[in-house]
Amino acid sequence: MSHSQRLPDVVVVGAGVVGAACAYYAARAGLAVDVVDRGPVAGGTTGAGEGNLLVSDKEPGPELDLALYSTGLWRELSDEFGAAVEYEAKGGLVVAGTPARQEALRAFAAAQAEVGVTAEEIPGERLNELEPHLAPGLAGGFHYPQDAQVQPALAAAHLLRAARLAGARLHLGEAVRAVRLGSDGAVRGVETERRRLDAPAVVNAAGTWGGELAALAGVGLPVLPRRGFVLVTEPLPRIVRHKVYAADYVADVASGSAALQTSAVVEGTPGGPVLIGASRERVGFDRTLSVEVLHRLAAQAAALFPVLAGVNVMRAYRGFRPYLPDHLPAIGADPRVSGLYHACGHEGAGIGLAPATGLLIAQQLVGKEPDLGLAPFRPDRFPAEDAA
Amino acid sequence: MRRSRTPAELVRAEPAPAHTIDFDGRPVPALPGQTIAAALWADGVLAWRTTRVGGKPRGAFCGIGACFDCLATVDGRPNQRTCLLPAEPGTTVTTQEGHGRADLDV
Repeated sequence: MSHSQRLPDVVVVGAGVVGAACAYYAARAGLAVDVVDRGPVAGGTTGAGEGNLLVSDKEPGPELDLALYSTGLWRELSDEFGAAVEYEAKGGLVVAGTPARQEALRAFAAAQAEVGVTAEEIPGERLNELEPHLAPGLAGGFHYPQDAQVQPALAAAHLLRAARLAGARLHLGEAVRAVRLGSDGAVRGVETERRRLDAPAVVNAAGTWGGELAALAGVGLPVLPRRGFVLVTEPLPRIVRHKVYAADYVADVASGSAALQTSAVVEGTPGGPVLIGASRERVGFDRTLSVEVLHRLAAQAAALFPVLAGVNVMRAYRGFRPYLPDHLPAIGADPRVSGLYHACGHEGAGIGLAPATGLLIAQQLVGKEPDLGLAPFRPDRFPAEDAA
Repeated sequence: MRRSRTPAELVRAEPAPAHTIDFDGRPVPALPGQTIAAALWADGVLAWRTTRVGGKPRGAFCGIGACFDCLATVDGRPNQRTCLLPAEPGTTVTTQEGHGRADLDV
């Protein structure tokens, strides 16, 4: 059979970084992969992120296990893609404004150390050695050398390019209209606006829209959008060396509140602009620019790095993190529908967790035991009323 | 007789007398209402910035504030769009090297 006529072993729905990683590892495992997205590559949450590969903000548990595993995979991928995806093992610096906050960071880091996270305490008077522009008077911080960064849209694009070199096919700009099920209830493929793709397996990597795709297959998955804004400054010299954020960020990430939360997350980029986040609020898919959010982000960043008060912000963008009620992604085979796999709901950590997600899914697809237990990420773990 | 086709001629402008702005330490004539980019162009200056990566020369491109190619340091402030800023008496324009923020480097 010629290549163009071959039937896929698996259809991956979503050309964000998670779908790209699923396609990459599945194609490398020898599977015939088709990737479908209603928009372009990295057109959703991937294109609206900062590219954080973080272990520092995660408490011990399944997500941190996944992050540590994924951090190692990113290092391997950086050998393959390197500068093309702007991978930087820059390290993270979490700073505390008060001794009480520093004590909380110390306890957090001690618990993380037990599962393999490296963190070094930095007393307040030494913070300037790591970040010369940091505001004076901070109580201290913790340096996390395992934190890294990529340019997320480039990462998705290069993973997909490598997947295509391994035989994967890409269908962009066509939405999936139906997930086809056989009389036995098992997945038979998908129908897009333009074609029917017959396949015994479908991976739901639709990110924030993963709940809608799950519904097409007849199952519930309560993915909700959590909006975030990022400010982009004019190009600057490397005035921010690490990923720097305030201790409050960890609490904001873990919060289940729908109300607006902001905490300063500041980082430089190889391109020159400094990126300023992070806000979280549950307002549906409302894309309205919020002046209040932008104001708070700018004020918090300038409090951390006073030099930023004198530079121009060129633009702001927003995106929607795919949020599940317990802050864990849905990864793996769905016990409710044979042949349906989920790889979505990574909230703000999807760039970092993408390689681990893709590799674990690929292992399941070829019938191997996944390297990491997927029980905490079971897609059917939510009560039906949540999923409705 | 060949008619002049300058923009000022075309709109039959009757501008007030020229003043000067300072460009890299030398005076450049400017008409009231002219932008910095227009004054520099009229004086034969086509580039007043270098790119961040390759150090290539840049000047006016779109001329209407959209493309950010015409940036320069104006009165000490880097990254100003010269196609939007008026060339007022005494305005000081400095050729900008790269991002123009070398003073912030650490």
